[in-house]
Amino acid sequence: MAWTWLHKLASPPHAYRIAGRLAPWFGWPAGILLVAGLYGGLVLAPPDYQQGEGFRILYVHAPSAWMSMLVYGTMATAAAIGLVWRIKLAHAVAAASAPIGAWFTFAALATGSLWGKPMWGTWWVWDARLTSELVLLFLYFGYLALRASIDDRERADRASAVLAVVGVVNLPIIHYSVNWWNTLHQASTLTKLGKPSIAGEMLWPLLAMILAFTLYYGAVMLVRLRAEILCRERDASWLRGELAS
Amino acid sequence: MQVHNFPGLFCDGVQLWRGDRHVLRGVSCALRAGEVLHVAGGNGAGKTTLLRVCAGLLTPEQGSVRWGSAPIAADRDAYVRAMTFLAHSDGLKAEFSARENLAYDAGLKQALASGAIDSAIARVGLGAAGDLPARALSAGQRRRLALARVLLAGAALWILDEPFTNLDAAGVEFVAEAIAVQAEAGGAVLFAAHQAPAIPRRAAQRLDLA
Amino acid sequence: MPRSTASAMLLVYRRDLLIAFRHWDQVAQPVVFFAMVTTLFPLAISPELGELRAIAGGVLWVAALLAALLGLEFLFRSDHADGTLEQMLLSGHPAALLALAKGAAHWSACGLPLVLVSPLLAMSLGVPAQALCTVALSLLLGTGILSALGAIGAALTLGLRRGSTLLSLLVLPLVMPALIFGARAVDLAIHGEPATGPLLLLAAMLIFVVTLAPLAVAAALRISVE
Repeated sequence: MAWTWLHKLASPPHAYRIAGRLAPWFGWPAGILLVAGLYGGLVLAPPDYQQGEGFRILYVHAPSAWMSMLVYGTMATAAAIGLVWRIKLAHAVAAASAPIGAWFTFAALATGSLWGKPMWGTWWVWDARLTSELVLLFLYFGYLALRASIDDRERADRASAVLAVVGVVNLPIIHYSVNWWNTLHQASTLTKLGKPSIAGEMLWPLLAMILAFTLYYGAVMLVRLRAEILCRERDASWLRGELAS
Repeated sequence: MQVHNFPGLFCDGVQLWRGDRHVLRGVSCALRAGEVLHVAGGNGAGKTTLLRVCAGLLTPEQGSVRWGSAPIAADRDAYVRAMTFLAHSDGLKAEFSARENLAYDAGLKQALASGAIDSAIARVGLGAAGDLPARALSAGQRRRLALARVLLAGAALWILDEPFTNLDAAGVEFVAEAIAVQAEAGGAVLFAAHQAPAIPRRAAQRLDLA
Repeated sequence: MPRSTASAMLLVYRRDLLIAFRHWDQVAQPVVFFAMVTTLFPLAISPELGELRAIAGGVLWVAALLAALLGLEFLFRSDHADGTLEQMLLSGHPAALLALAKGAAHWSACGLPLVLVSPLLAMSLGVPAQALCTVALSLLLGTGILSALGAIGAALTLGLRRGSTLLSLLVLPLVMPALIFGARAVDLAIHGEPATGPLLLLAAMLIFVVTLAPLAVAAALRISVE
């Protein structure tokens, strides 16, 4: 029955082994797609008629921003599953994903800032997208800080799960408010770090990069998940057998 | 005298970890109407943890706690109304007087007449100190006040964590008698203590968590 | 005779107000903090009312938010420490509704004074008389939103060391939308324009948050009490 398969998957020894076997299947395609996407974006694609060469940073900025939100959503979903059905593995997935998402957010901010410098001459601008990413970074920090302050692992799992769910519900509200706030003040209408109107040869490297980043997240998350399982199950007998072999 | 309808409390193979510590290792027990169960064990043996699991505050990782035939998680609110839990801490607001404490705490579960509150205070021997703020009471007096709350609730099941702490000999006798009366009325008492006095007129079962 | 949930909520509300009155010094702290922070800005920027008026909406709102955050500590901390919170969770009433009652009492004691003091502080920042009503109204809604969201943070950080700093960290990103609309409402009013748009959005946010936050608070309380 489907449930037994799911329960089997959620048991730490199985999850540990499956994660180990799956990770290369995410990692290698990610690497290949990354190289292809970067080559396509940095070398093959023609310069944008509006922004010249500077737009190329889009190929790192847009996937990072996309991933920062995807990972938060994944983290919140895993946390909710762990909270409602009391599945420890789900909490481990959330814990493994959070730092990755935070780094993606930071990368989105950094690349956004780098993009801003040649475009508008400043390292930072209160653009709707960047401000949203900044608030998302704060949400990640809050999650990580809460996890770190609670010593009891179960309580840390469950408390941070509640926080993740509350955060994900608020995320659309924050996004909408920041967008609205941004439109109020004329000065910032210049800043649109969105995708420029995109021609075919510019598009496929972007899609490749997005897919590459997603697979990269999968690979890294699986590796971190194994580390989380090791940490949580360090006294379990199955682990001793596993490590001995 | 009040007669209770208590379907029985049963623990089946309760397992619980606190962080890395395996605190409860497959604990099973049965408590039926009219019985008293004394959970014994040294410090850190898991007495408080077991009581909190039975009170529904903690969820065991494996095993279950049944009230009658259904697990307590199935209808937690109904279970909680039929049960009173006395925790390690007294559960008293320092700035409230004894009367106010009972009115706002025991009063949450049921509408209390002020006569009932006064008589409960008198029963536990705090008649003179009824209007003092709880912070002005001694540790033993505070424990008595916490017990007054248990008496007022009139629940079928009592779960008491260290009910004899801080009490003088008269107090200990009083609690033992109250436990006996509760059992005689068809209720049940589950309590944890390092050492406990004999319960008058019945033999308490004993569960050793070591 | 068992008590109905509505009557229990009222009891909890009265109880918490009574406790707040017995610790009026704790209740006064956020108000004093609000006044002090508002004073920092003229000192830091300029005594010119014209300049202050331009930033008054933002200053009042930020100061009120920080002051309200300060007061959030008192929501569950003492009940958790003396064990009464646990007893409330074992009273057989839905924890979410009791949390709502506690939150309402806390807002009445800590948030409402901020709202009452805000017109005075607004005047000190050069806000014209026509806008004072909007200031108070926007903060009425805003402190309510903050109380509700802050209760989630307070419940999650119960008993943790340096919990209050962590509380601010967790709650501030969640209240940023309210800040955006609230400060905007005050700004519009200062310039004589109708502020109904942002105020209605604030009201909608308040309803949304007050409906859903108690559920999160109840979940967080059960977790923290384990």
